[in-house]
Amino acid sequence: MTTMRQIFHACVLALTPLCAQADLNVFACEPEWAALATELGGDHVSAYSATTALQDPHYIQARPSLIAKVRNADLVICSGAQLEIGWLPALLQKANNPKVRPGAAGYFEASRYVQRLDATANLDRSQGDIHPQGNPHIQTNPHNVAAVAAALLNTMRELDAAQAQTYEARYADFSQRWQDAIRLWEDKAAPLRGKRAITHHKSWVYLERWLGITEAGNLEAIPGLPPTATHLSNLTKEFADRGADFIVRSPYQDSRPSQWLSERTGIPALVLPLTVGGTDQATDLFALYDDIIERLLGALE
Amino acid sequence: MRVDFFKGAILALFIGFSGDLMAEDTDIQTLRAELLELRSDYESRIADLERRLAIAEQNAMQASYGALPTAAASASGNAAFNPAIGVIFTGNAWNYSGDPEGYAVQGFPYGGEAGPISEGLGLGETEIIMNANVDDKFTAWLTAAIAVEDGEAAIELEEAWVETTALPAGFGAKFGRFFSKIGYLNDKHTHTWDFADQPLPYQAFLAGQLVDDGLQLRWLAPTDLYLELGGEALSGTNYPASGRGNSGAGSYSLFANFGGDVGRNSSWLAGVSLLDAAATERLSGDEDNPLFFSGDSQLLTAQFVWKWAADGNWRDRNFVLQAEIMRRSEDGLYEGIGLAPALYDVDQYGWYAQAVYQPVPRWRVGGRIDALSTDNPGPAFDGSLLEAPDSDPRRYSIMADWANSEFSRLRLQYTRDDAGLAGDNQWGLQYIHAIGAHGAHTF
Repeated sequence: MTTMRQIFHACVLALTPLCAQADLNVFACEPEWAALATELGGDHVSAYSATTALQDPHYIQARPSLIAKVRNADLVICSGAQLEIGWLPALLQKANNPKVRPGAAGYFEASRYVQRLDATANLDRSQGDIHPQGNPHIQTNPHNVAAVAAALLNTMRELDAAQAQTYEARYADFSQRWQDAIRLWEDKAAPLRGKRAITHHKSWVYLERWLGITEAGNLEAIPGLPPTATHLSNLTKEFADRGADFIVRSPYQDSRPSQWLSERTGIPALVLPLTVGGTDQATDLFALYDDIIERLLGALE
Repeated sequence: MRVDFFKGAILALFIGFSGDLMAEDTDIQTLRAELLELRSDYESRIADLERRLAIAEQNAMQASYGALPTAAASASGNAAFNPAIGVIFTGNAWNYSGDPEGYAVQGFPYGGEAGPISEGLGLGETEIIMNANVDDKFTAWLTAAIAVEDGEAAIELEEAWVETTALPAGFGAKFGRFFSKIGYLNDKHTHTWDFADQPLPYQAFLAGQLVDDGLQLRWLAPTDLYLELGGEALSGTNYPASGRGNSGAGSYSLFANFGGDVGRNSSWLAGVSLLDAAATERLSGDEDNPLFFSGDSQLLTAQFVWKWAADGNWRDRNFVLQAEIMRRSEDGLYEGIGLAPALYDVDQYGWYAQAVYQPVPRWRVGGRIDALSTDNPGPAFDGSLLEAPDSDPRRYSIMADWANSEFSRLRLQYTRDDAGLAGDNQWGLQYIHAIGAHGAHTF
């Protein structure tokens, strides 16, 4: 026992890569969930993100490399609410890994644990790419992330009971820092209350609800379909008089529609990181919100 | 409690304030200042309370969600167990400069449903797809194709399979009727093809696509490099097999697929497969001069697919390069009308290469070359459809398509055909529309 502990300490001190065997292999569909799993698990978790912040998570190829990753995963964390419907089922079907099938303990859908906005019973594809279970871009409200963290702790404790205490301690620490950060963000973002945003896609409804920003319009005439010239020129007329405070897009979205509208209306066009890695500044979950609020405030000046 | 206290305090302050009208200006100002201070304190405390309430609500909701079984469905009643249902609509308008009525590729008598797209306006297959989990260990899939043949609608059972979901150690098994996993295109559904028709080697060697009844076993290696090994035992009913040889275990296949990523932009998939089939009086060739083959048929396939998108962001711009090469070895006896029974031992080759580029969302353009070549089977086959052609059958195709959404696609295709017709120019329009459940597409 003592020898084991000595070896363990030696590993920790020397940070020998050979000893750094993670207890939980996490396959996250999006970078924010990989970051959250790492916050809670530290070195005990090896988290891989299937997508980057520069990729539209609606449209991902079910690549061989992703199938191989799912094959070896202990835990799959995805936003859910049909965000990954075009590719995740194909990965799960081909990966032959019963531990992470829907219904198994190792399959975690983050959007289950928050109150989803824009859920609709009106399922008609003429309305575009709609998500019947509500808007899946839940990570733009840090209160949602807090709720997901609590649920994720339960899942991680269940899957890796040996490290339960570590996960609990790390969760308590994260949770405290997160609540403190939320207070700071909310204070800092006070001037954004009542401001009006035109967004490329409906990716920001949770952020808007959180900070009291009004969604004045979308560049996409129909959710999920590229902005059309007709719709953009209508927006030019609409916002020439009424105005809005920012035009917002995610890094993976075409910059031309928002630039075009910005040039004609004088409303500043912004790129906001939708997830970790979306901008150079958004290096982790904390920096993600720092940067979102910083960029929004910057546009008001 | 705290809120009530503050409300009380403010109320008391107001009463005291109104009751003391004779107070001096300084007193009033002091009181005003105090009131303001109280008010701002009160507001910040209320905001704090609201914030804590929001967090508590989130936590409570999380707790209640956490209590739900993970597979909880929102619908109630028996309808909650309905499978996902989708319907695919396809149709073509095709024009040939020659006459496609007598379309035949010299040296490669087609079997099964292989052949050119019907001339003129026509409905393609209408497919109904249903799938759902059976229970915690099985999932099932049905594809029924409704086709109109000779003016009558007929339902064809295209796929009906059950697949395991709970086998350990990277194993998976599928049984029923399914598209064989040999090659790259063979198990791809018609509506996911990049061109309206199958390339020549698929037409000549697999009668379009090999679908059969049987059992498939797959194993996925626990490595970061994608490595899938598998095999199938098939009844041997369909081309290139026939007659359910070997007591109804007529064909078997082996396959290996590898794949991975190269940097952030590219990913690849490569594979090899072998199909071994037994044929008993297998029908091929044209209706008036049918040919019958009895013997062994082996098909060896190698394929490679490369996909590229800037930063891996597939939606805006992407590029796909895809190629397959096949070798078929048949050894047996051919006979037919106008053909004396003769031994046939021939190797044939087929390949295609295609590239498809999506420069902007919705629009794609692509090109494809497909070709066949064969050894001469010998003088016994001179004058028959099996005699090797003077020049290798070959086609060149280009296409452009537009997809309004993931669910609709319109395609224009041009093919220069030097395979079944000499120097034929073929123009076609195709539509592919889908309603119902959102399918997930494989790589």
